[in-house]
Amino acid sequence: MSTATAPRQSAQAPVDNPLTAGQLPSWVTIAVGVAALAVSALVFTLLDTGGIALIVVGAVVLFLVVMHIISLAVEGSRRAVDRLAKHVVVTMFLLALLPLISVTWTALSHGINRLDPEFFTYSMRNVVGAGGGAAHAVWGTLIITGIATLISVPIGLLTAVYLAEYGRGALARSITFFVDVMTGIPSIVAGLFAYALFTLVFGPGTINGIAGAVALSVLMIPVVVRSTEELLRIVPNELREASYALGVPKWKTIMRIVIPTAVSGIVAGVILALARIMGETAPLMIAAGFTQSMNTNPFSGQMMTLPVFVFDSYARPGIPREPFWDRAWTGSLTLILIVMLLNLAGRFIAKRFAPKTGRK
Amino acid sequence: MSKRIEAKNLDIYYGKFKAVEDVSMVIEPRAVTAFIGPSGCGKSTFLRSLNRMHEVINGAYVEGELLLDGHDLYGPGVDPVNVRRQIGMVFQRPNPFPTMSIKENVLAGLRLNNKRMPGREQDEVCEKALRGANLWEEVKNRLDLPGSGLSGGQQQRLCIARAIAMAPDVLLMDEPCSALDPISTLAIEDLIQELKANYTIVIVTHNMQQAARVSDSTAFFNIAGTGAPGKLIEMGPTEQIFSTPEKQETENYITGRFG
Repeated sequence: MSTATAPRQSAQAPVDNPLTAGQLPSWVTIAVGVAALAVSALVFTLLDTGGIALIVVGAVVLFLVVMHIISLAVEGSRRAVDRLAKHVVVTMFLLALLPLISVTWTALSHGINRLDPEFFTYSMRNVVGAGGGAAHAVWGTLIITGIATLISVPIGLLTAVYLAEYGRGALARSITFFVDVMTGIPSIVAGLFAYALFTLVFGPGTINGIAGAVALSVLMIPVVVRSTEELLRIVPNELREASYALGVPKWKTIMRIVIPTAVSGIVAGVILALARIMGETAPLMIAAGFTQSMNTNPFSGQMMTLPVFVFDSYARPGIPREPFWDRAWTGSLTLILIVMLLNLAGRFIAKRFAPKTGRK
Repeated sequence: MSKRIEAKNLDIYYGKFKAVEDVSMVIEPRAVTAFIGPSGCGKSTFLRSLNRMHEVINGAYVEGELLLDGHDLYGPGVDPVNVRRQIGMVFQRPNPFPTMSIKENVLAGLRLNNKRMPGREQDEVCEKALRGANLWEEVKNRLDLPGSGLSGGQQQRLCIARAIAMAPDVLLMDEPCSALDPISTLAIEDLIQELKANYTIVIVTHNMQQAARVSDSTAFFNIAGTGAPGKLIEMGPTEQIFSTPEKQETENYITGRFG
């Protein structure tokens, strides 16, 4: 290999200090990296196979092996294993980052075309080709997820308080078990449940925003319960005892001491759950339906949402197709942006309410 | 303001486990009573039973009588919340409420118990409690900053201020200095001497010099072996317990020839 760098004289330890060990200068890492890339590119080009991906994979493997051997020779086995672990960790991190960057880039580059005021002010009513927008879907998503949150947070929070503060014995165990089961419900089943429920109560074919919100809250409640319960459990018992010792009743201790101490985490958990359900498509297709028009009344008529809008524009485009696909991309981008804004808001709220620590 | 506590043949249980057996003692008002003894001997459990705090643990109960100025603390219909409003407690580790400022911490007991009072009165109560806990001079300029920003010793005095702001009859202290440095310990011991004038004080401590320094009477608890209930071995004036104890067991513990 062209990359084999001989151990440097400069890395040799001075004789008099027994604590020193061989060290690789930092440029070796970079040099080996560049060399590995070059060798990999050369080999695969000569073999006339593979594209950039294969070259990069080859370079990474080569780099890991060669660096390990060099390090083993110069620095000894402990430092060599340490380096190997570090390089594997960094590789995995970059690997995990790749799809994230790719998704963001794809959505951004395709979606930017139609990211204009018209997209957010027009619905698809009477639009056949270019133009039009997703105002109806944006409003639908905000209204339906808003209602789902209004349903889920009180139920989830109070269930978590029961489990963490009051629940004992068989009842608490079975609630925990069923919450776990609920976490695993496929989202389409939640949609069918809401559809069936509203058919039973209000007659066949009742598809509206509330039904969609109920379907989403079936998915959201278990997430809120689990995250809130965990956070309530890590509130130190000493704080509860301190409050009891002041003669504060239990319910007030929970309301005024326990929940405020955990509130930043609870808010973060709710926001995460919200972000999670915002992208749900299947249950909303069944329970909330499709429409091309603006409908802000969740109690009557079908309601469009962003994920359904994206699916609908992509899977059932009109002619020509391109404007529909452009709108689908911009719809996805809008969804990503809304979730991102929610996350930022959640962070801000979490920071605002976090227990005050530190001096000054 | 300060009240006498009398225990008669008190047994304390955690479920089926008997933690403390047959304790009878009188805790005098306007005095400091110290509980000493090895770990696990039931002195903390007994202390917590005095304001029904041990009931926080599931399945805990007592048998026997515990009287506060003649009123049974465990009588039928007694609300533990009312008991705790009269018998305050300071814990081993300082535990100020992390979401509250120094001032809010001091007033927490009053506010959480729905006492409505005008702002000026709140300021007065706050200052009085903080002065009572010897903390006023150190924090008077930063009352609105979080309580968790104080040093360990200051936090513990803040917890004492929080307890005395409720104007309780009795103040229970469960090893209040064990997490503190010698200087903070000294500050709290001085404070205990001052508080003695108005309160009945009961303190659990592992530090026998501390018991000798601060208390008027001392109770020695011991345990026969693992799994056996803790018992009150001997109680008397502190000087007597530390110089001429009646029981050999007590002398062994105090002189360090234990076990």
